[in-house]
Amino acid sequence: MRLLRDLFKDFRFTFSFVVLTIILMMALLSFFSPYDPTLWNVVPRDMRPSGTYLLGTDSNGQDIFWQATFAVRNSLVISLISGLVSRAIAILVGMVAGYKGGSVDRVLMFVGDSLLVIPLFLIFVMLALLVRQNMTLVTLGLMLAAFGWAWDARLIRSMVLSLREREFTKTAILSGTGTIKLVLKEYMPFTTPLVFSTLINNMSWAIGLEITLAILGLVNLNIPTLGTMLNWALFYQSILLGRWWWILTPVLLSLFVFIALYWMSVSVSEYLDPRTRIQRVGT
Amino acid sequence: MIFVKRYLIPRLIAYFLVIWVGITVVFFIPRLTPNDPVMRMIGEMRARGANLEPGAMDGIISDLTEMYGLEGSWLDQYGAFWSRLVNGDFGVSFFQFPAPVNQLIGNALPWTLGLLLSTTAITWIIGNMVGGIAGYYTRRRWSRAMDAVAMVIRPLPYYIFAFALLLIFAYLVRWFPITGGASLGALPSFTWDYIRNVLWHSFLPAASLIVLGGTVTFQTMKLLVQNVNAESFVQYAKLGGVTEDRIVRKYIIRNAMLPQITGLALSFGQIFSGALITEIVFGYPGLGMLLYRAILNGDYNLIMGITILSIVGITTAILIVDLAYPLFDPRVRYV
Repeated sequence: MRLLRDLFKDFRFTFSFVVLTIILMMALLSFFSPYDPTLWNVVPRDMRPSGTYLLGTDSNGQDIFWQATFAVRNSLVISLISGLVSRAIAILVGMVAGYKGGSVDRVLMFVGDSLLVIPLFLIFVMLALLVRQNMTLVTLGLMLAAFGWAWDARLIRSMVLSLREREFTKTAILSGTGTIKLVLKEYMPFTTPLVFSTLINNMSWAIGLEITLAILGLVNLNIPTLGTMLNWALFYQSILLGRWWWILTPVLLSLFVFIALYWMSVSVSEYLDPRTRIQRVGT
Repeated sequence: MIFVKRYLIPRLIAYFLVIWVGITVVFFIPRLTPNDPVMRMIGEMRARGANLEPGAMDGIISDLTEMYGLEGSWLDQYGAFWSRLVNGDFGVSFFQFPAPVNQLIGNALPWTLGLLLSTTAITWIIGNMVGGIAGYYTRRRWSRAMDAVAMVIRPLPYYIFAFALLLIFAYLVRWFPITGGASLGALPSFTWDYIRNVLWHSFLPAASLIVLGGTVTFQTMKLLVQNVNAESFVQYAKLGGVTEDRIVRKYIIRNAMLPQITGLALSFGQIFSGALITEIVFGYPGLGMLLYRAILNGDYNLIMGITILSIVGITTAILIVDLAYPLFDPRVRYV
């Protein structure tokens, strides 16, 4: 409770908490949607926002509000898969590289650094072009996860490098603790805050890349996500035709999601860093 | 000589290794997908209404089969792939059929390079200057206001930010053109009119790259300056009566700049991807637009050519920055 009270002292945390709660509730609402998101022409086309159609309808004959609930849910699912799987890879690579050291470390870090340097966007374009037809939320999430771990693995590695030199590591080794137990039990708690804040950053990155790929038409356009909604709105020239309610829904939703995720990650990591916490909480 | 042995050679080895890893990833991508990439690409082209004569189609199929393996073992395929690349042969483009990929990239490259080099330089200089000053006067009101603005812009992805600028400044208030690198029918020449036309068209794409990239530079520089400012040598200089102006310019900024140089090198890949996306939003006729048309037409050869070229380009840029680093840091000496 104390923790939450301290966190809520930060305006940014309160803001992102409220926004993300609303977004999450929207995503949950999708389970009660009266319409099937894959069907077209279930409602009259191109209606302005009104009491019946909260955010209006689009040129495919879909209700934009309910479509948006599915979009938010699917975008979150992609980002969660990408975030969690890439965290698992990053922890594994970072811990092994940091603890083993030597040539294992050099090879792993070299692969990671190469991934950092290569323009990943182009790699995703190539991949997506080939698997687009069988692409699901899960494959897209895994695809993003496979390339999104490099920087965070480096952070975890440097943390383990310094933990390895600490007194308690020697105590643990001398008292017969096995490597796996040592890493999982003793080192994991230290890296948890870092893993959490990089998880949020990775989720935001995944949502952004999904939007970019979707606008290029490189994902399955029948699955509603923030990106595919934007793609359809652009495809039907909703800007030129003045259908602002259609184009603005995904744009504003994604703006809020990005800002909320970023503020939450900054706020939490500032809180976890004792130096900045003192300035903020004053205790 | 020690410089060559200790630094240059290991660095060059790393350089070639990164390129090797990148291109190997590119090699394996079409082979790891479950379906036959050649038939998949032909289907993709047909689906997009590419009408080719049967003869041309056969040529493409044999071209593709050679390019994407499927003949001999993986090792043979890998060797054939490299020997093509080393000869600078990326095959032909499908959507502009007989045109070789090299030529299409060559036409688009000057636009991208012009946009990218100028915006990266401006971003880096302005971001560091403003960030440095804001970091020194961190308690002033304007410094905090800039912080707040940066907190909003920083998390936005390139596409969303560029799109928002386009909506506001090209559709809503119509100050800038919606699309293109120059007005239709304007002949490339070294006249003031043409140059002004190009600058006017590139204003929004450049602004979106500079603002978004500059925010990141601003934030990191501000943090670095705050940290350097707390160091004891700065306190000592202040106590010793060194003028504030001199402390900021000679002691703080120079020290904080060094990690920024490394940071710039590391973010080249992201900056490049961002420039491609921005070009797509603004219809700017560089590599990004070429990539966009290649995607729309399922032109795998062209996409692969762009990818391989950018891998080589980016790693080379990083190598140059790395080798130039001793010029900025007097502590690094390879003698």
